[in-house]
Amino acid sequence: MSQKVLLNAKEVNIILHRLACQLIEKHNDFSNTVLIGLQPRGIFLADRLAKILKEDYKVKNIKLGYLDITFYRDDFRRGEKTLEANKTKINFLVEDKNIVFIDDVLYTGRSIRAALTAIQSFGRPNEIELLTLIDRRFSRHLPIQPDYRGRQVDVINNEKVKVNWIEHDKEDSVYLIEK
Amino acid sequence: MSELSVNHLLGIKYLNTQDIQLIFETTDHFKEVINRPIKKVPSLRDITIANLFFENSTRTKLSFELAEKRLSADVINFSSAQSSVKKGETLIDTVNNILSMKVDMVVMRHPNPGAGVFLSKHVNASIINAGDGAHEHPTQALLDSYSIREKLGEVKGKKVVIVGDILHSRVALSNIFALQLQGAEVMVCGPKTLIPKYIDKLGVKVETNLRNALNWCDVANMLRVQNERMDISYFPSTREYTQQFGVNKDVLNSLDKEITIMHPGPINRGVEITSDVADSNQSIILEQVQNGVAIRMAVIYLLASKIKQ
Repeated sequence: MSQKVLLNAKEVNIILHRLACQLIEKHNDFSNTVLIGLQPRGIFLADRLAKILKEDYKVKNIKLGYLDITFYRDDFRRGEKTLEANKTKINFLVEDKNIVFIDDVLYTGRSIRAALTAIQSFGRPNEIELLTLIDRRFSRHLPIQPDYRGRQVDVINNEKVKVNWIEHDKEDSVYLIEK
Repeated sequence: MSELSVNHLLGIKYLNTQDIQLIFETTDHFKEVINRPIKKVPSLRDITIANLFFENSTRTKLSFELAEKRLSADVINFSSAQSSVKKGETLIDTVNNILSMKVDMVVMRHPNPGAGVFLSKHVNASIINAGDGAHEHPTQALLDSYSIREKLGEVKGKKVVIVGDILHSRVALSNIFALQLQGAEVMVCGPKTLIPKYIDKLGVKVETNLRNALNWCDVANMLRVQNERMDISYFPSTREYTQQFGVNKDVLNSLDKEITIMHPGPINRGVEITSDVADSNQSIILEQVQNGVAIRMAVIYLLASKIKQ
């Protein structure tokens, strides 16, 4: 198993600030916008972006939620393992809100498809956008593309992209892992 | 640890501690789901479940049906009152006929103990026991423990007394297994005639004085007197039963601590428990019912994920 660094801590930091600025450009004061981190690993990126927006760009009233998509996935009973759920935490109404889905890696697009279904259980949003740190090219199974992307990478199918966060994995970095 | 150790839920006896832990964690998620504006998830849209009730039930049947529908499963219902069972069909034939219509899972209540175990050996479907005679009622015990965990933080180390008709109660047996598995202490309390002879062999305390039992416990689970299962008289009169084993507000107020009151329903108000106790804030009876749907969603979800395509 070999691994290659795609992004180091400094590059991750620059990209996160750019993504934060792009969000501000579109959503101004975030008065009608909510950020939704997708479980399990999208929530780390969502937490970090919310922190940057609040602390570095002084954006007030950032609303942040976590969405678990386990029960909406289309591969129930298709794998070996039981799909285990994570916590959903959405303490606000999404009716007529502008939602930004946040996930670390966009691969087949199936999780995002599930998230689009899942969020409907909480109301009818005005619009939904997608932000991902890594966009894997040429691997989509569904017509889903990000509105905000950190870095686009070409990765073949037996390789895996792993995003690490300093809060959980000791460093900010993105690795390409060959299986 | 991410899957159950069993393919059927026939009784708590067949589960281990990790299974209960997994069921409770999954229930937490489903409890959040059923409090959303839209309470339904599409997980089980390719699963068909048959609810076979060979014995009357209101709450359990509704609770299972709701749980199944909230998971988007297709549901068919059957109750023996209007069926070919009356015409002499055997259990295996009845179920196999239903399964030949491509049913994946069977939820069954049956008056005979062991009906679920028997069926699981002879038919090809995942079986959930929704009560078999006086044997087990596993989902009730799971929701009882879950409600205790929710109210008191954890089940471990808690003292639980089960009061009433232990002899005819499947809820009592399943609760004893479930509570002991999670490290709680269990006592049974009731008239001697309604306590099975060798129940102390299960490691439970036996008490015939209600006041002593209530003073000892953190939680009292009050059972209904199952008159329909009694072929002989087990106590002189309902009035006398109520005087000795009924819980009322005065008894609760005279205890030096506040205990939690549970009841699996249906309640006979004024017999085992008075209205002011049933409706008081010490009672978690309606929470039990709400948790019942989430527990059943978790059990069905976890068992369904073991059915291979």
